This record gives sequence, C-alpha cells and structure tokens, in this order.
Amino acid sequence: MSPESIDDTLIGRVAAVIAKTQHLPAENITIDKTFAELDFDSLDGMNILFAVESEFGISIPDEQAPHIKSVRQMVDGIQKLLAEKTAS
Amino acid sequence: MMRRVAVTGIGVIAAPGDTRDKFWGSLREGHGSIRPMTLVRGLRFPNAAEVADYRPTHYLDPKEADMLDRFTQFALIAAREAAADSGIALTGERTAVVTGTSAGGKTCEDREFQSLYAENTGRVHPLTIPRTMANAATSRIALEYGITGPAYTVSTACASATHAIGQAFWMVRHGQVDAAIAGGSEAPFSLGFLKAWEAMRIIAPDTCRPFSRDRKGLILGEGAAMLILEPLERAVARGARIWGEVAGFGMSSDAHHLTQPLASGAALAMRAALQDAKVTPQAIGYINAHGTGTLANDVTEAQAIRDVFGARAEQLPVSSTKSMHGHALGAAGALEAAATLMALHDGILPPTANFTEADPACALDVIPNVARSMAVEWALSNSFAFGGLNAVLVFRKA
Repeated sequence: MSPESIDDTLIGRVAAVIAKTQHLPAENITIDKTFAELDFDSLDGMNILFAVESEFGISIPDEQAPHIKSVRQMVDGIQKLLAEKTAS
Repeated sequence: MMRRVAVTGIGVIAAPGDTRDKFWGSLREGHGSIRPMTLVRGLRFPNAAEVADYRPTHYLDPKEADMLDRFTQFALIAAREAAADSGIALTGERTAVVTGTSAGGKTCEDREFQSLYAENTGRVHPLTIPRTMANAATSRIALEYGITGPAYTVSTACASATHAIGQAFWMVRHGQVDAAIAGGSEAPFSLGFLKAWEAMRIIAPDTCRPFSRDRKGLILGEGAAMLILEPLERAVARGARIWGEVAGFGMSSDAHHLTQPLASGAALAMRAALQDAKVTPQAIGYINAHGTGTLANDVTEAQAIRDVFGARAEQLPVSSTKSMHGHALGAAGALEAAATLMALHDGILPPTANFTEADPACALDVIPNVARSMAVEWALSNSFAFGGLNAVLVFRKA
C-alpha cells in the first residue's frame, strides 16, 4: 500500500496508542519506523496489539500478529480490519 | 552426608490418564490427549489437554472434595497413588512435602470473583482463601499423612514442579529428612486465566507440535504428579520397587527478559544438574525436553542442548511429552519427571507426538511420533519458566 493511500488521522491515532503504551513521545512514532528501531520486543508488541484492539474495536487474528513488525504494517493491518468491519 | 536418592512411588492424574499406569500407557503408545476444550468457552483457541470427565467425588469424599480447589484435588489424588505405590510410612518430622504450582487455586478464584463482579453478590465463599492459596496442596498432603517436617510450595511458573522435586531431592540426599513427597499440580482452566493466555498469543490453534517446522504454540494441560523420594539404601533394605534415582539437580536464572528464553541460561542449568550428579554429558542417553511447541522455546532449547552436548546433540534422543499431556505449567515438570523415570525403568523412550516436519533450527533426534525401545542409564528433564527461571533434573536407571 502506498503512503498516499493511508489515512493521516489513522496514523495519528495509531501513533498515539503506541506512544501511550510505550511511554514515548508521539512524535517518535512515525510511519517508517520498525518496532526493532523503536526497541520494542515481543512483549511490547503484544501490549501494543491489545491497546490497538481496544482503540479501534477490532480483533487482530493470532496468525497475523507475528507479522506486524513496523508502524506501517500495523496501520495497514488496522485499515484492512476496519474495512472488513464496515463491509460486514 | 551424601546419600543416593531413590524414587519408590509415582502418582499421576493428567489428560492422558488418571493413574500412573494409564498415563504412561498412553505416552508409550504415542497417544495424545489434546481435544476440544469442554471446561471453558469463548476463547480463540479451541483445544486443551483436560482430565476427561473429571468428577472429584469419583476420587474423593464429597465433603473433602468441597474443601479443595481442583488443583489441590489433583495433588491429593496423585499423592495418594504415589504413597500407596511406595508403601513407605510417610509421617513425622523426618519427612518433607514440597509441591509446585504456577497459578494456585484459579478455578475457585474465578468462580468467586464472577459471583462478586458479575452477579453482584457482594460476598465470596468463606473457604476462598484456603482453597486458592498456592500452598493448599502441600498443606493438604501434610495433613493427610501427619507430616510435620519441612513443607512448602514453590512457584516458578513452568519450572515449579522441577524446582520442588530438586529441593526435596537435596533434603533427602543431605540427610535433612528420610523421605519426601514432591511434585506439582495445576488446574488452569478458568475463563479469566485462559483469557490472559489468549492475549499472549502463544497458544496453538490446532495442536502442540514441539520441534516441528509448522509448530504454532503450546497447548495448555492440567493435572498433577507426585513422587516419593527416600534414601536408596533404605529402599533396597525394605525391598521397595525402585523406579529410578534422582541423581542431580541444577538451576539458573536468565536475568534477561520476562518472557523471551535465553539459551545460555538453559545451558547453565543443564550443566549445573550434570555437575551435581557428577556425570558427564556423554553419559546422558535421553532428554525429556521442556519442548513447549512455541517458536521461541524450541529453537532456544535446541541451541542450549547443542551448547551442552556439542556434536552429539543431533544423535541424542530428545522428546517433548507435552505433545501428549499438554503444558500443565506448574505440574509440567512433575508429569515429565514421572514420564522420564518410567522411560528409564521400562527402557522405552516416549515420542514427540504430532510431529510433521523437521525444523532445521531445532536439529535434534526428537523421537518423532513413535516410542523407541532403548535401554538408557541416565536422563535429563528440562523445565524453563517464564521469567527466565530454569530447573533441570538428572535421573538414573535403578
């Protein structure tokens, strides 16, 4: 997915959730950062997924979770799940 | 004083069987007991290793059963079988009880908190504290036999029972007591606790496939196993059946991460156990692996085994019986100690069930799917807990 097609509001909300769970300034959480660059480990990843599920009222499947390793992958995944939610 | 320590009694209740013989019979046949969960609904993972059709009053007096959480019921049932098997007089101040549990009385706690939070009853049952306390199993076993010596409970998550057996072994070896009952019990099937496991995203959606390339995580199990330990010399003198010896115990802490395992920590515990048993890695003929079936554990454990056993690691038989009895958390080490002792006794190494395809990152001889007849003198049983706490036992054929 190209960066242009990503909703800026969505990025802002995701960044805010990640920033809150990880006790980081929101401006550090940019779309091109990987979780490794942000120094997040697997436990941080689960913590973020849980907070994101609450924020957006979605459920991220277990098989998808291990593949979310960057802010972009997280935003793309949420966008897809929100679209499915709207469609259903 | 350093005494050799024999295991003269084994008691088991777990998903593969509600007695020692049924449990071992299933394991040696490679029969799993991972089935659709019946105790809890509404989870993303459908399967578990439950004690099928468990009715407490089938084993215990109704009033007695009512006093105890499911995890303590399991402990008492296994303790009675082990004590009867041993035939030893377990009493007085020269006997110890050491049990392990990760979660304690979660079944009862969940039910009582449900009544408080969801049904607004405004009160909980007066037995909630004695039922839920983690030491309930130790205390109930001490009461059963009038054991007035050292008695306590170890809680080191998935290594609890291995730490418990190791501590009891050392007490018997060093002459602090002349007998011990040691093991672990767990009853993790309650909604609140399972939701917490679900959130960790490490439970397999299908089954437990330790060391397989397509493994997807662990499967939770429940139950208890108890061992009777006594000095080898006394066991021989009274003509007891000896299942095997506990010969060494080692422990370590990763001091690395709350959930990610570290190969060097696991290797340190294995080396400590071998040193405690005064045995070389070359002598070990079988390892009952921690082998949870998670991506992280199995690859880390394989690395640790390669580190300790060198080039021999790929020829050394290693199996994970969690593929059959599930991961019974604080009871796991006791179920696996029982399986390892019976493997040495019968000369049959239990398999890793549900194995599909080798993972090059876990290049071990995992005894895929079918048990192997093989006389082995020395074996290890590994337990590596969340929180980076590792415990390893060395067993020797009698």
